[in-house]
Amino acid sequence: MESSLKVPTMAELFAEGKQPEVLFWVGCAGSFDDRAKKITKAFIKILNKANVAFAVLGTEESCTGDPAKRAGNEFLFQMQAVTNIEVMNAYEVKKVVTACPHCFNTLKNEYPGLGGNYEVIHHTQFLKQLLSEGSITMEGGQYKGKRITFHDPCYLGRANGVYEAPRDLIKKLDAELVEMKSCKSRGLCCGAGGAQMFKEPEKGNKDINVERTEQALETKPEIIAAGCPFCNTMMTDGVKNKEKEASVKVMDIAELIATTEDL
Amino acid sequence: MHYLPQMLFALVLTIGIGFFIKNVSQLRRNIRLGRALQVNDNKSQRWKNMIKIALGQTKMVVRPIAGFLHIIVYLGFIIINIEVLEIVIDGLFGTHRIGLQLLSKPIYGFLIGAFEILAVLVLIAVIIFWIRRNGIKLKRFLSSEMKGWPKNDGNIILYFEVVLMCLFLVMNAADTNFQVLDSGNIVSQYIAPIFSDMPANTLHLIERSAWWLHIIGILAFLNYLYYSKHLHILLAFPNTYYGKLTPQGQFKNLDAVTQEVKLMMDPNADPFAAPAEDAVEPEKFGASDVTDLSWVQLLNAYTCTECGRCTSECPANQTGKKLSPRKIMMDTRDRLEEVGKNISANKGAFKDDGKQLLGDYISHEELWACTSCNACVQACPVSIDPLSIIMDMRQYLVMEQSSAPSDLNNMMGNIENNGAPWPFNQMDRLNWTSEN
Ligand code: SF4
Ligand code: SF4
Repeated sequence: MESSLKVPTMAELFAEGKQPEVLFWVGCAGSFDDRAKKITKAFIKILNKANVAFAVLGTEESCTGDPAKRAGNEFLFQMQAVTNIEVMNAYEVKKVVTACPHCFNTLKNEYPGLGGNYEVIHHTQFLKQLLSEGSITMEGGQYKGKRITFHDPCYLGRANGVYEAPRDLIKKLDAELVEMKSCKSRGLCCGAGGAQMFKEPEKGNKDINVERTEQALETKPEIIAAGCPFCNTMMTDGVKNKEKEASVKVMDIAELIATTEDL
Repeated sequence: MHYLPQMLFALVLTIGIGFFIKNVSQLRRNIRLGRALQVNDNKSQRWKNMIKIALGQTKMVVRPIAGFLHIIVYLGFIIINIEVLEIVIDGLFGTHRIGLQLLSKPIYGFLIGAFEILAVLVLIAVIIFWIRRNGIKLKRFLSSEMKGWPKNDGNIILYFEVVLMCLFLVMNAADTNFQVLDSGNIVSQYIAPIFSDMPANTLHLIERSAWWLHIIGILAFLNYLYYSKHLHILLAFPNTYYGKLTPQGQFKNLDAVTQEVKLMMDPNADPFAAPAEDAVEPEKFGASDVTDLSWVQLLNAYTCTECGRCTSECPANQTGKKLSPRKIMMDTRDRLEEVGKNISANKGAFKDDGKQLLGDYISHEELWACTSCNACVQACPVSIDPLSIIMDMRQYLVMEQSSAPSDLNNMMGNIENNGAPWPFNQMDRLNWTSEN
């Protein structure tokens, strides 16, 4: 099935005089990180199946600048932002979907002030829309009754108040959604945000991802669901640290849906 | 001689309020040392937030037990202040229980009765608070930043409350006329028997002493606020009004940077053009001292109640890192006080003391431990944003000092050169489509 992935680029569509409905912002993790690339593909399979008219920027996409900004380099952030905005505005992009909450937050909240005004949604919100329109059905039943806990990405949950879309999707899988003791607005960070992903943690008595994984494991889940490529990495490492990788999987919501749809 | 008590009262009141005004003007001056920031958008939402969060205490009840007890003490504080109004009128005009002359007996009795019940509830709540602070080992009260003055401050306030409530009840119990009235002495009637054998003179003396001590205590409390975390009972209101309205994830874009970036990206701009005549000195990026922070951030610092809800939700702190968002706020306030005192001592001009917030109060290690997760912002019951201070200081470290951890410098170098935080080429961004 891999070869049948249809991934049109904005440049190709533009050459044909076409304009897609929505731009899929893949992001750096989604483009380069081995684990995150699987999430990207899962999401694209769903988009293909639902016949969504989308496109990616491909080689014209560049880092949103989020990690630079959170590290304190406002200058680099704005350079990145202005460059990306120029590209997107040239293609007259109206709507953007992304599977990365960091890209989501930056595009949605920090680009408008620099001239980039788009309707930006997270892929869990987009999938929920597809579901309610009937474009996807989620009938596989593969996750029926399975215990799934959802780890709220900070930049999706607290930062932007999106708590329900991912949960609604999990419930639609007929899975048993089990909540951690700190969830939603009190969800604990996985430890990757604020550019921590790219550096060693400061001295302490534990790694944050291990702490969060312990909280997740307390719910006795079969699957820890995530909605962010960085959370995914952190939680996967945490599960390995606890030597539970045989019994507990860390999966993105898009992957859950793609597998249940047998894509 | 007849007017002596009244004159004395007026004097005490004037001194108490005079000092308070002096404190407030000092507070105002210090807060205005912060950078200018216009906050006049969305007024109706701001009022709503103030009513909901400061008056309605909606964020306190996230932790139900502490929240409930706090509401009792808070209600007690506000409502019993109606009684203070009566004391002030009585004191100034030489009347006694003016309320009885203005209101009907049942209404007055109802009011005082309610105050007495509240006084007892406050006493109970305060005792539980004391035990929480000193008896059971609650982690957020044991952190290193809570040693010394902050710990004492928390307890002093509780003792204040106990004394004030007891004085109020004794004042009522020793007031023979009020007891005879038998309306509103719901609690004090049980204390009154202690005094029943005493001669009328002694009783009067006790009643008067309790009355005087009560009002003096309240004035002292008012002036203690400035030195205490209890400033929040006043500042919670403006602070929740000026709190952030945009999504928590939205960090402000620096205008000064935008101008420079626009200039750099503009193909028509002449890079060798002489700077305009009136070009102002370039703004310093980020914050290294309190005067680089905005006045709202400084207001935040004075408003902090040192409750530690932020710190107990902080992922870095929970895993043993040095970072504590509460400490960030306390450090900011301490440094601001230091700068303020310096200015007062040097006739209105700050004399360089070789110190600053960054380094002398807040270490690099603390700043780099933050994941920008916003848990502290979410947890704060009075809309304080410790994260914004952390970010401003990171900006200073990176843009003014180029002193980010080397891993982060690599990451930023990659973004600059390849458009990704890792060393991958931008031209390879679509390679995943052809991989298995
Ligand atoms: S934003 Fe930073 S300081 Fe605040 S809770 Fe998260 S890690 Fe701690
Ligand atoms: S910043 Fe807010 S939550 Fe943190 S200690 Fe101060 S008042 Fe409490």
